[in-house]
Amino acid sequence: MSDKESTRVEYGKTLAQLGKEHPDIVVLDADLSGSTQTRHFAKAFPERFFNMGIAEQDLMGTAAGLALGGKIPFASTFAMFATGRAWEQIRQTIAYGNLNVKIVASHGGVTVGEDGGSHQAVEDLALMRILPNMVVLAPADGPETRAMTRWAAAYQGPVYLRTGRLALPVIHDDTYRFELGRSSILRPGRDLTLVGLGVMVHACLQAALVLAEEGIDARVVNLSCLKPLDWELLVDCARETGALVTAEEHMVTGALGSAVSEVLAEHFPAPLLRLGLRDTFGISGAPERLLQHYGLTAADVAAAARQVLARK
Amino acid sequence: METAETAMPLAAPDLSRLQEIARQVRLDIIEMLYRAGSGHLGGSLSATDILVALFFAEMRARPDDHCWPERDRFILSKGHGAPALYAVLARLGYFPREELASLRQFGSILQGHPDSGCTPGVEIPTGSLGQGLSIANGLALATRLNHLPSRIYVLLGDGEIQEGQIWEAAMSAAHYRLDNLTAIVDRNRLQIDGRTADVMSLEPLARKWQAFGWHTLETNGHDFPGLLAALKACRASRGRPSVIIAHTVKGKGVSLFEDQAKYHGVVPNEEEYRQALKELGAS
Repeated sequence: MSDKESTRVEYGKTLAQLGKEHPDIVVLDADLSGSTQTRHFAKAFPERFFNMGIAEQDLMGTAAGLALGGKIPFASTFAMFATGRAWEQIRQTIAYGNLNVKIVASHGGVTVGEDGGSHQAVEDLALMRILPNMVVLAPADGPETRAMTRWAAAYQGPVYLRTGRLALPVIHDDTYRFELGRSSILRPGRDLTLVGLGVMVHACLQAALVLAEEGIDARVVNLSCLKPLDWELLVDCARETGALVTAEEHMVTGALGSAVSEVLAEHFPAPLLRLGLRDTFGISGAPERLLQHYGLTAADVAAAARQVLARK
Repeated sequence: METAETAMPLAAPDLSRLQEIARQVRLDIIEMLYRAGSGHLGGSLSATDILVALFFAEMRARPDDHCWPERDRFILSKGHGAPALYAVLARLGYFPREELASLRQFGSILQGHPDSGCTPGVEIPTGSLGQGLSIANGLALATRLNHLPSRIYVLLGDGEIQEGQIWEAAMSAAHYRLDNLTAIVDRNRLQIDGRTADVMSLEPLARKWQAFGWHTLETNGHDFPGLLAALKACRASRGRPSVIIAHTVKGKGVSLFEDQAKYHGVVPNEEEYRQALKELGAS
């Protein structure tokens, strides 16, 4: 195994394996099966793969119908088009109808890179998080992607799972099992909590190492299950560490930063700094350069940690 | 280009029975909407005969086992026609007829637009227009994969097909050769703001569906022999989906409401209510 894995690639491989185990799994794509990695399933099970062409609204409606007919549809395209173009189809039919559709969308966040703002979904998690019945997941590495994909296939109900382009370090081992509504502490710490999601979990872990050299003991949480939210874990973190930083490849409104703010405001007010995009769209550039531009590097997380500690 | 086939009339032994059911359903619709004080009158009345033909003479279903896996499936894509669907489902015994009086009220099993979570016999929530055909396609694909004999029926409003998703789905159904699917367009030529021809033209409608690869028929949507013959022709068609353009009159059955855009979402006042009952021969 390589030391880095991309969440979209691991999704594609897992889906093809699941196809052997679950004859009722069907997969739909909107002309992006190479990018979303559903092509592996398409090759192995052509009779259970439906390319819907460049028509995301029809993609979601057809997936809904397949679920209604007893199938387990995985519908994949880019996160921007899945949640943006077809939001109302997801809302009206899949979420309102509480249908067993798995929306697995690739190319979440600014690390899409060179394609620019049109293709960088920085609103998708917010758009899915406000929907009743919807489970919202954003895995941080290969093992977590594999576990979540397997979990989604077995779960009855609508799921949104965000994958990304970047190859990421492996932080979980293959015994990792996903549990709905639970998030995990990746690194213990007493001075503050760094809460990351997706790509930003890795920046949080690196920042914790930097902070440790300065004598700051940072806890790191991987908040990969955004809905239902593990609010008890967040309250414990606020109570035990007294300050938090959230970091996400998304707008600071509507997703991780908002969710943590809501929990703290209602249950245990504590100093908080949110890292993410602030009222702006993405731009073209290499992924690493864009993370720098938007203040989403390990150094930025460490700087935010020092700032929020001063407010304790 | 082939021309639209015109459905051949069929001698239907139960013709008078269907007509009587349709009259009763129309009375139920008037009663429900008058009591509810809101809802969609015109499009419920235009769709009544189509729904009666489907549910009482065409579809295989078990009202006492509404999750029967081999049932034929119906999707009311024009969800605002819910009163007509509810009246038909109640008459078939999917739920007690007394429930009709609770339409649109707090706690009712009969929501303003269809909600499968509340109403037995309703397959999927609809009401936001343009989405039912995609769902029907998915059901048709699932039915084929499951080797089930079920047929899938979807009723579209004519104004509704101004939604772009309908034409995405029209492409998909033809691409996947969904011959177990029949779409019916309730072609009443009116929408909220006026005539479809004035708001957003749909013609040449039959040629559009043909160009998208559909087996296309036209019939009078209030004529049972015509409707049943068209549905039979759809069942016999192979290798492509079928669409029936059912020419209807909005508000059909009550002269006051017929062909009037203003009764799209307006319910009868007391005087209109009494006249409607009289015209429909309420006992």
